[in-house]
Amino acid sequence: MRSLATTVQNIFDEPGCAKNGSKSEAERKNGCTKQLQPGSAAGGCAFDGAKVALQPFTDVAHLVHGPIACEGNSWDNRGAASSGSNLWRTSFTTDLSETDIVFGGEKRLCKAIKEIIDKCDPPAIFVYQTCIPAMIGDDINAVCKAASQRFAKPVIPINSPGFVGSKNLGNKLAGEALLDYVIGTQEPDYTTPYDINLIGEYNLSGELWQVKPLLDELGIRILSCISGDGKYREVASAHRARAAMLVCSKSMINVARKMEQRYGIPFFEGAFYGIQDSSVSLRQLARLLVERGAPADLLGRTESVIAREEAWARAAIGPYKPRFEGKKALLITGGVKSWSIVAALQESGLELVGTSVKKSTGKDKERIKELMGQDAHMIEDMTPREMFKMLKDAKADIMLSGGKSQFVALKAAMPWLDINQERCHAYMGYVGMVKLVEEIDKSLSSPMWEQLRRPAPWDVLAKAMEQMQSPVAAIACDPALAETARRARKICVCNAVDLGTIEDAIYAHGLRSVAAVREHTNAAGGCCQRRIEGILVSEPSAMRQAAE
Amino acid sequence: MAIVTAPTKACAVNPLKMSQPIGGAFAFMGLRGAMPLLHGSQGCTSFGLTLFVRHFKEAVPLQTTAMSEVATVLGGYENLEQAILNIYNRTKPKVIGICSTGVTETNGDDVDAYLKLIRNKHPPLAKLPMVYVSTPDFKGAFQDGWEKAVARIVEVLVEGPSANGLRDPLKVNVLPGCHLTPGDIDELRAIVEDFGLCPSFLPDLAGSLDGHIPDEYTPTTTGGIGVDEIASMGRAGWTIAIGAQMQRAAEVMQVKTGVPFRVFERLCGLCPSDEFMTFLSEISGRPIPLKYRRQRGQLADAMLDAHFHIGGRKVAIGAEPDLLFDLSGMLHDMGAQVTAVVTTTQSEVIERIKTNEVLIGDLEDLEGLAKTHHCDLLITHSHGRQAAARLKLPFYRTGFPMFDRLGAGHQLSVGYRGTRNLIFEIANLVIAHREENDRPTPDKWRTASRLPLCSGYRSSTGAAAGSIG
Repeated sequence: MRSLATTVQNIFDEPGCAKNGSKSEAERKNGCTKQLQPGSAAGGCAFDGAKVALQPFTDVAHLVHGPIACEGNSWDNRGAASSGSNLWRTSFTTDLSETDIVFGGEKRLCKAIKEIIDKCDPPAIFVYQTCIPAMIGDDINAVCKAASQRFAKPVIPINSPGFVGSKNLGNKLAGEALLDYVIGTQEPDYTTPYDINLIGEYNLSGELWQVKPLLDELGIRILSCISGDGKYREVASAHRARAAMLVCSKSMINVARKMEQRYGIPFFEGAFYGIQDSSVSLRQLARLLVERGAPADLLGRTESVIAREEAWARAAIGPYKPRFEGKKALLITGGVKSWSIVAALQESGLELVGTSVKKSTGKDKERIKELMGQDAHMIEDMTPREMFKMLKDAKADIMLSGGKSQFVALKAAMPWLDINQERCHAYMGYVGMVKLVEEIDKSLSSPMWEQLRRPAPWDVLAKAMEQMQSPVAAIACDPALAETARRARKICVCNAVDLGTIEDAIYAHGLRSVAAVREHTNAAGGCCQRRIEGILVSEPSAMRQAAE
Repeated sequence: MAIVTAPTKACAVNPLKMSQPIGGAFAFMGLRGAMPLLHGSQGCTSFGLTLFVRHFKEAVPLQTTAMSEVATVLGGYENLEQAILNIYNRTKPKVIGICSTGVTETNGDDVDAYLKLIRNKHPPLAKLPMVYVSTPDFKGAFQDGWEKAVARIVEVLVEGPSANGLRDPLKVNVLPGCHLTPGDIDELRAIVEDFGLCPSFLPDLAGSLDGHIPDEYTPTTTGGIGVDEIASMGRAGWTIAIGAQMQRAAEVMQVKTGVPFRVFERLCGLCPSDEFMTFLSEISGRPIPLKYRRQRGQLADAMLDAHFHIGGRKVAIGAEPDLLFDLSGMLHDMGAQVTAVVTTTQSEVIERIKTNEVLIGDLEDLEGLAKTHHCDLLITHSHGRQAAARLKLPFYRTGFPMFDRLGAGHQLSVGYRGTRNLIFEIANLVIAHREENDRPTPDKWRTASRLPLCSGYRSSTGAAAGSIG
């Protein structure tokens, strides 16, 4: 049994991570999580990350060992979808009280596990460690081991107290727990040469199901999805897959790499966002499967599916292109999405004014440059205040980001679209891409924005009142003064001659040409020529009016 | 008198409860230019933040001292110092509200002492108002955090009586409990002002979380009661505390400044509103405005119209003590049977709830009770929607969090108008549910079991509806 510290160290030393690979030995030991800044940190803790990564296993009971804050404040906050069991939506916590803190919470944890088994009898229980039981020394590994034996059921410790690090570290700790206790513990009923694993795919809003029909059509079977719509038995037998696709490389690269190492399952990083990415991912999957012994006709079948879907998606997006002309989008998101969505947006005719690269790797940035050109506006770190200003000054027409920054856009009365985990629409695959474009259009073209940007009536009235009290207003009220002011205005930028002089000359001498005006006044006629022409054209009728 | 029972389960299933620190942080959100700060690991803040954002659909200021494993071992002084400096330099807050969490409480961080050290070390911070509340996660619940934070704000920020001891009889302090929404506070402000009184709300969520569009981006709270106004609360003629949870803060205010107080445990319903109006009339020396006489008539009529639908209903409610006391009281007044009751934490009002038994428990308990008692209306926060779907019951959302419906901040339950709206909403919900689920069919009476317990009250209303139709 490894200690938590070793596990964390182990995760930091990740050869599969491009960023990590470029570091020196010493740097690598320090790990990649930035030291959190007290007072200006945002984002979840390791426990949050572990829960996020594993909760989409639908038939497992997720038991949080800690005081009420950890689960009571956070349960029921993500929209992964399940095709079967709904047990994952039930929240279990030991809700530690003061006495538990004093006397230790292990007994309570053990009783809680028994209660869950008596009530729901799930295929497995995942027990999450949080800060406080970790501080007081509750050994959840030991409790889980004892409970597994006593109840003859997998009880898996997920060692992820919040204070060990960020959400991302938590994702990886969850992956380690799967590698240590779950993957490879059961055998699938049968295997096919078309079995794949999806790693780091969470089926939020059921978006995996936007892609699954295509895989089904090709005969590719998702043996195990870690963890969207996942079931315990599937992940336990995931080691029999022929190939794997790493969907969110940020969260579970350790799982993909170690499965390659242990079970020889080759993997690639891919995404199903945008037309190009979806095609590339399907192609890669087919190629890996064929390399590992699937019949070679899979490649051809894949190509024809890709051709059909691409043609369909392009045709569906077509009508939006003219509507998006000249519209600018600001993209604030991380990782793969920073470029895969760029490609998608460009496809639909939107202009990108900037994309954030805060969480992107060097490779990601290269891809962005490839797509947006060398002078791509990559935003390293943008404060909410800057974002607000950018939107308020209408430098972008729409912002796409995660839910945390939504109010920056909305409060600037600018369209905003959620492209992160809390979104309620699914944007995966070809269907999802079309949906994304549809949603952007809906948001951009809402007649609401114009109304919202209008100033309040009292602001307009206040402005009018201000003008009433200004010297300009006094002139406007007195016709004589107004006339004097009008006549005193210089007609041209050269400031050589005023309107009154010219009018008098025209009136007195009945002038009809610029040259004549020039003769009778000091007008130079250079830059003023056009202006004098204008006066001559309008003059007769004005004079007639004066005569009448 | 209700019997109060505590849970015996080791495992809470579908918790109703939320933690104390975020309740405390919530109170600080009603202060202008405030930055609430949770002293704990960053997840503590992130979860609370997400919850508030989902409920209010607003940008919510909330910061963390980001305690790491090492910091937890060594003590949180440096993290707290850095956090305060960072917040001070970046967001220029008018006040920082600090709540401890389970991590720092287990650790035993002496935050009061830390604050003294920090102030001494950094002269610019010497005058920055900072309020610290101890709110361990492993004790109490959301409401307790609010209660403690408001009492602390009074203790720290309200100034003692001035030398001349002058009072302004038209000034009133209002201390609202956390069961009141920004909408409720707006309504109360209008009522109090209509009596010619000038209210100061502490905390004033209405200015900060009522969903307005500010002109500028502000990283701190955008509205609420200012620190100066809080300081001058000792000059008010009266303190009105709303909800039993506010008794403590009102007492602290009285001890510190001598301002007398009155606690209104309920403001939802006809009689509670009558009492409130009468009191305002007394302290202001003005008659009750015509507007409220009309509203009272409308509420009375609403009660008449709605009692057909609410009366006799067996209600299951899960809520924090004060909200529970208020709502269940109103429903009881309307003739409903408050049958299954679950709350989160101890409070002196829960014994007085008009029901047989109150359980301090979770939503699993509520679901179970609702099922065994054949309840036909479920009232709790958004987390209860799964239970309502399983039980096939009409479901009214109330309290915090309410993340799957819009307008949580503007839900109204106080005063004549608020009660009228609430009664209509609940009655309409019941009517809609009956129309969708209880349409009579030719076979309905043939196949339905004749056992009286089986479908209980609902089938009898179905019969009534059927015969009228």
